[in-house]
Amino acid sequence: MGKVNITIDGCKMEVEDNLTVLEAAKQAGIEIPTLCYLKNINQIGACRICLVEVEGARGLQASCSYPVSEGMVVHTNTPTVREARKATLELILSNHKKNCLSCSRNTDCELQALAQKMNVGDVIYEGTHEDEKIDDLSTSIVRDNSKCILCRRCVAVCKNVQSVGAIEVINRGFKSKVAPAYDRPLKDSNCVNCGQCVAVCPVGALTIKYDIDRIWEALADNDKYVVVQTAPAVRAALGEEFGLPIGTAVTGKMAAALKRLGFNKVFDTDTGADFTIMEEGTEFITRLTENKNLPLITSCSPGWVKFAEHNFPELLDNLSTAKSPMSMFGALIKTYFAEKEGIDPSKIFSVAVMPCTAKKFECERPEMDASGYRDVDAVITTVELAKMIKEAGINFEMLPEEQFDDPAGEATGAGVIFGTSGGVMEAAIRTVVEVLEGKEIPQVEYEEVRGIDGVKEAELTVAGKNVKIAVVSGLKNARNLMEKVRNKEVDYQFIEVMACPGGCIMGGGQPRKVLKERKGIDVRGLRKGALYSEDKRLPLRKSHKNPYVQKVYKEFLGEPNKGKAHELFHTHYTER
Amino acid sequence: MSEKGTGIAIDAAKLKEIEKIIEKHKNEGGALIPILHEAQDLLGYLPEEVQKMIAKGLNISLAEVYGVATFYSRFKLNPKGKYNIQVCLGTACYVKGSDKVLAKIEETLGIKTGETTPDGKFSIESARCVGACGLAPVMVVNEEVYGKVTPDMVKDILSKYE
Repeated sequence: MGKVNITIDGCKMEVEDNLTVLEAAKQAGIEIPTLCYLKNINQIGACRICLVEVEGARGLQASCSYPVSEGMVVHTNTPTVREARKATLELILSNHKKNCLSCSRNTDCELQALAQKMNVGDVIYEGTHEDEKIDDLSTSIVRDNSKCILCRRCVAVCKNVQSVGAIEVINRGFKSKVAPAYDRPLKDSNCVNCGQCVAVCPVGALTIKYDIDRIWEALADNDKYVVVQTAPAVRAALGEEFGLPIGTAVTGKMAAALKRLGFNKVFDTDTGADFTIMEEGTEFITRLTENKNLPLITSCSPGWVKFAEHNFPELLDNLSTAKSPMSMFGALIKTYFAEKEGIDPSKIFSVAVMPCTAKKFECERPEMDASGYRDVDAVITTVELAKMIKEAGINFEMLPEEQFDDPAGEATGAGVIFGTSGGVMEAAIRTVVEVLEGKEIPQVEYEEVRGIDGVKEAELTVAGKNVKIAVVSGLKNARNLMEKVRNKEVDYQFIEVMACPGGCIMGGGQPRKVLKERKGIDVRGLRKGALYSEDKRLPLRKSHKNPYVQKVYKEFLGEPNKGKAHELFHTHYTER
Repeated sequence: MSEKGTGIAIDAAKLKEIEKIIEKHKNEGGALIPILHEAQDLLGYLPEEVQKMIAKGLNISLAEVYGVATFYSRFKLNPKGKYNIQVCLGTACYVKGSDKVLAKIEETLGIKTGETTPDGKFSIESARCVGACGLAPVMVVNEEVYGKVTPDMVKDILSKYE
């Protein structure tokens, strides 16, 4: 990599020759405004907000996609540049539905922030609103094209990062819009509900479908026994919504907040994860012994499951039939827990707080009702929980650290790390190795699956057998790997897949990351760190050692993946 | 733009042809547009079934194929009706109010530009200058040209083709 000499706003500097003008300016301490830009994902100069003057170049240039070169002289703050940017922004605003006060992205909108930063006054252009129709038929995502600014970030993420391609820019000119094929509702497309589009949308055009009102209603209903469970990744990010440092695990405050919101019982989905490991681990041991339906592929990520149903029907027999921790725990709440506590299961309203928009879809799957009742009644995301806490007037920072409720109590560290890419695999290994070897194994941590690569692989020797494993996150990585599995180019025995790059901690229902990442903060690393620290701190770190899990199998379920456990904890998949 | 299908089944021989077209181009960069062109030359339009075949063959999504097909006005998503109506939106016709004529036709037939009536009888297209600016605004039904058209005349003109 070479260096070039450039001048930006009179500042002479030497920079690496593979930078864009935008990146070089940043090194000089100049923040050129951007809107459509998303590093490495969307650098197409579509919005024209980042315009600069480059001496010798014809017209103004989009700095996000303009490479530096030797001797280049750039001006980022001339009257021409400012006027052009402002006119562009005003034109964008003229077509944007400006009901900011009631928009769910109010104060968290990149367009709003930019209008403020760029001193935009009243918009003089009349504009046009081609499409006022809101698509809220999906379980997970709401599309409001009247707010869309056609930046194409969502399209880039959906197509290039996730290889789903559910949405595209269709039509042309004023009729251009982001939509599924034939402008159909998202629910009728191949969308997997991962919410990565929501995570990058700079405005309120793509938002999470809120289920907050259903929760308030249940909490106010004296006839309902309202139970809540929270996924591991939620504690790693919820604090961000209250200004706490990124990577702060807020487990205790979160439990306290949920109790104050009025939930009758506050449980930890990590306990569900411990059950999942018992079931999936047993399934793996059986398949490995019988050499059948290998590789076993994890199925706790509902975005991945739907993706597989659309794209890899021939591999559906390889998916673990074990339900996700959320649905297993849900099934247990309406059976074992209800029976023990003497509560009529029909009166239980079971809520799950998840980092994930696709969990809303999983919750609605018709087959998730083996107990005769819905496994889970409603799913809210981390972002929705934060909104509820704020609406209730709870001062989150001042809350004491409280515990999850018994009888489930504290789960194991294995359950905690489910929230990050590699965690399910590591949790499974901790249990499978001990069960197969028939003795205590001192090793707890498996560094090979903890890295940040999209695809990680390792080889282990388990009870004299060589076991090849792979861990993949992000659906494009999953697609590439599954194509190799389908073509028998690889011979893994166990594969963990999480739909979102980095795993659940980076789910579509988590607090927004774009602006934090733009400041150079490693959001993923910090959230991941929160989970691994919690794992380290816990006395029990292997799922099969969880006394509650042992008790429930003994008293109620029997053997894993047999009889009642199979009936309540396992599911099936359908080609789509 | 929705496909108000006329339920015309595409015959198996033509589908085989489409497969060959996809096969021929699939390893080229930028294969999508040539494939769409050849498929449309063969069928006269691009039915959803064919777009799905193309998406599968190129390992891209249906939304991507549809996005390209709706970007270029040359690509048609619907078969033409027995009577194809073109309304000129060229400068001369436009300033003489051809947009109002077009709106009246859409209203009368209950379909939008680019669509075909469910009975397969009429389809509407917008055209750019048919070379009869002296007669502006102009509409053309199949080969027949109507000049100095006003919205009031639309009903009478269409009734000739009932």
